[in-house]
Amino acid sequence: MKVSKCDPRLAKYLIEQYGGADGELAAALRYLNQRYTIPDKVIGLLTDIGTEEFAHLEMIATMVYKLTKDATVEQMEAAGLGGHLVDHGFDLYYHNAAGNPFTVACLTAKGDPIANLYEDIAAEEKARATYQWLIDITDDADIQDGLRFLREREVIHALRFREAVEMLKGYQEEKKVF
Amino acid sequence: MSTGLPKEYYRLLEELQTVDFVLLELSLYLDTHPDDPQAIAQVQQFYLRRQGLVQQFETQFGPLQEYAHSPTVMGWPWAEMPWPWQV
Repeated sequence: MKVSKCDPRLAKYLIEQYGGADGELAAALRYLNQRYTIPDKVIGLLTDIGTEEFAHLEMIATMVYKLTKDATVEQMEAAGLGGHLVDHGFDLYYHNAAGNPFTVACLTAKGDPIANLYEDIAAEEKARATYQWLIDITDDADIQDGLRFLREREVIHALRFREAVEMLKGYQEEKKVF
Repeated sequence: MSTGLPKEYYRLLEELQTVDFVLLELSLYLDTHPDDPQAIAQVQQFYLRRQGLVQQFETQFGPLQEYAHSPTVMGWPWAEMPWPWQV
């Protein structure tokens, strides 16, 4: 991840995708938790996308780390990160842009493969929207580059989940023939 | 940390990331289209290309993978490697 400048203000916004409800951690935990009970045909997809989300989490963390590592206490405070600083110093923490700590209350597991997959599609679309807001809020070309890549991944994931819904619909219809 | 690394480190790493991305995309595609022989042939092709790149990188710069999944001949270079957020 290329990050060319120190910009704690941007880091404060980016942290949304680290510890926010529609962020990468939430996505990874949501998919990897659904794997155990989903029909076999879709376990591979949930495993692969869930794992990819952890890689994205590392990308976001790298951006936040590099944007803040050379900041002064004054710069952190001016960026609205004074509260973060007194609790965590320069450590990263799983909270959203507003400073609320990550909670799994944002995740659901409905015991129904179709309901779960529609939740996954919605999650990808929400994450895509968040990335768009982040791209709009910064003019840092390097960061925008990384964020555009991540936004496109959300589009692909949503597409694959839509295909998975169709696969399961076919599978359920097959079962009814019995 | 990043200042001491040669250009070749970044060149090989970028090529490896590109190949890894192709393999990732093919994997997700095959998860929902498992019967596409063309995609399977591409996986095979890029798998071999990746093997060559990994060997080239690890010979020059050290292990890429944790849990000793990379060859270690002398010492324990894993902990000395720069981490992704340091390069």
